[in-house]
Amino acid sequence: MAEPSSTRRRSGRPFSVRHLPGFTLVAAACFVMLYAPIVTLVTYSFNGGESIALWEGFSLRWYVSAWANEAVQEATVRSLVVAVLASGIATALATMAALGTTRTGPFPGRMVIYALINQPLMVPEIVTAVALLIFFAMIKIATGYTGLAYLVLAHAAFCVPFAYLPIRARLEGMDLSYETAAADLYATPWRTFRYVTLPLMTPGIVAGAMLAFVISLDDVVITEFVKSAGQDTLPTYMLGQLRRMVTPEVNAISTALLALTVLLLTVFFALTRKRG
Amino acid sequence: MEAQSQPAVAMEARGVSKIFRGPEGDFHALDSVSVSIAEGEFFTLLGPSGCGKTTLLRMIAGFEHPSAGQLLLHGEDISDLPPYRRQVNTVFQSYALFPHLSVAENIAFGLRMLGRPNAEVDQTVDRMLKLVKMEPMRNRLTSQISGGQQQRVALARALAPAPKVLLLDEPLSALDLKLRKEMQIELKRLQHETGITFIFVTHDQEEALTMSDRIAVMRDGHVLQIGAPREIYDQPANRFVASFIGETNFLSATSEGIVDGGIRIRIGDTVSVETDLPDGVDPKGDLTVVVRPEHIVLRERGAPDTLSATLTNAVYFGTDTHYHLELASGQHPIARRQNAAGAPERVEIGAAIGVAFAPSAARLLRD
Ligand SMILES: Nc1ncnc2c1ncn2[C@@H]1O[C@H](COP(=O)(O)OP(=O)(O)OP(=O)(O)O)[C@@H](O)[C@H]1O
Ligand SMILES: [Mg+2]
Repeated sequence: MAEPSSTRRRSGRPFSVRHLPGFTLVAAACFVMLYAPIVTLVTYSFNGGESIALWEGFSLRWYVSAWANEAVQEATVRSLVVAVLASGIATALATMAALGTTRTGPFPGRMVIYALINQPLMVPEIVTAVALLIFFAMIKIATGYTGLAYLVLAHAAFCVPFAYLPIRARLEGMDLSYETAAADLYATPWRTFRYVTLPLMTPGIVAGAMLAFVISLDDVVITEFVKSAGQDTLPTYMLGQLRRMVTPEVNAISTALLALTVLLLTVFFALTRKRG
Repeated sequence: MEAQSQPAVAMEARGVSKIFRGPEGDFHALDSVSVSIAEGEFFTLLGPSGCGKTTLLRMIAGFEHPSAGQLLLHGEDISDLPPYRRQVNTVFQSYALFPHLSVAENIAFGLRMLGRPNAEVDQTVDRMLKLVKMEPMRNRLTSQISGGQQQRVALARALAPAPKVLLLDEPLSALDLKLRKEMQIELKRLQHETGITFIFVTHDQEEALTMSDRIAVMRDGHVLQIGAPREIYDQPANRFVASFIGETNFLSATSEGIVDGGIRIRIGDTVSVETDLPDGVDPKGDLTVVVRPEHIVLRERGAPDTLSATLTNAVYFGTDTHYHLELASGQHPIARRQNAAGAPERVEIGAAIGVAFAPSAARLLRD
């Protein structure tokens, strides 16, 4: 409105940032910067030679050697065990939290509850890591237990908000009239939950579980602080390897992880997309 | 009516009130409402938006608790029962069909929750599907059927457990006019075939008149009048009811004195009629009579017992024509006349004519 001449000149053309000079170029550059390293990583995982920078022909040798590497196998199993258990616990807690914040009347302090549940998203990860390290050290001294449970609980704790957000979104998008109709049709509160609320919110629960699983699978910072000796997960194992010697085996593991993550996230988006 | 022949009472509200407490103060959504609905009756709650129709229905279904008063279902006080313990089902305005269940499973839901044996459930579902003519779609998801079909499924789902009373909250308002007319007939048929008591909510007066056995006209949380459609139309209890139900002309009048069994009033300079004097009308104050458009007849100017009028407009409606008139008093009544077969009779716009109506057509009403 301030410049009538320019508005007149551009009339008939809806506003679009594409018309800003250089916008398309910047966007393209961003995509290159985002994906060039990943493309390189994936490409060199198929390198026939020892180098991660010099192409010597296509080969699956690094996949074979990673697959045969006992340390990799062990770390993979540990990663999966931790991710499954942690995402399971986190999803159960998040489901209850989501029900508690959407299927209740408005209560004072609701915003505080939201903030508290989502706290791991806001607090720097390093702070959580240090806090858990100290807290678990106290328990270890008191009980003498040094097993995998610490890692599982730590992962479950920071996965809760990731599971909570899609579940809450699902519940908020679900009209209360279904539950009202169920009560009208003689369903007790428990049966209403069992036969109406739960089946309808299941896509949200599955999506939340997958997100939590992916987040747990690739965590480094908290794992590095909380793990006891010999409790490497795949990401911390790779970090340790990189400190010593870099071989395309790391590329192969990363590519496999990437493939798994992409698969899970595809399912996640398919589930959270609004149903037509 | 004798006491013996009177049908049993299905639903009774005794002095039911609902007060919503909010930050801006209390809001009286319903104020001491009493109605008594007979078994097998098609009973309609009619009133403008916000008058408390849904609130009353939600209280009967158990989703709101009355602030005062009692609700009796077949004589039993249900005010304190949760919704799932009341033998009352609702057809929701939004239908609220379960999206994760098929048409047949939706209809079976209530019976399953009641723990009926599978054979009985299957049998009832088949019967309901047939009743609402949805057999071919029994295995579809509810998102895969049209709005009118969803409406039928919602009806079947609510009828399947054979409730003592069926509540319908503006069930037809989401449908287009043609489908709406079809469903009105369909609803009457279903009610007739099942014999279930229907409590039907609408703000469409025509729908209420054509479908109901009795109507309760509501306004601002009060029931203004309860009666058969004819009664409400012909003998509205007050001016609001008269204007809400059908089209109405209000004409000002002056008293010529109390007579035996009523009052003699003068309308304009030329018409004088005797009519009832209802309670609450001050015979010395300003009087207003109500005359329905179809009761006004057009005459020659100056004919006996006519008001002088000018024709300002004639609007053709197919079955009838509406004549817009201007009286000497400045009021603008409308007369309605059915169109006869053959050549249309012409009345010139601007013509000076006379307006007459039978003395019984003019009614004095309270505000
Ligand atoms: N939960 C509530 N809290 C506060 N006020 C409410 C609540 N529910 C309804 N009301 C008020 O009570 C009044 C009656 O509402 P109700 O829904 O019964 O109207 P209605 O007659 O069904 O109207 P409509 O034809 O628009 O559906 C309205 O003024 C409404 O704002
Ligand atoms: Mg309503």
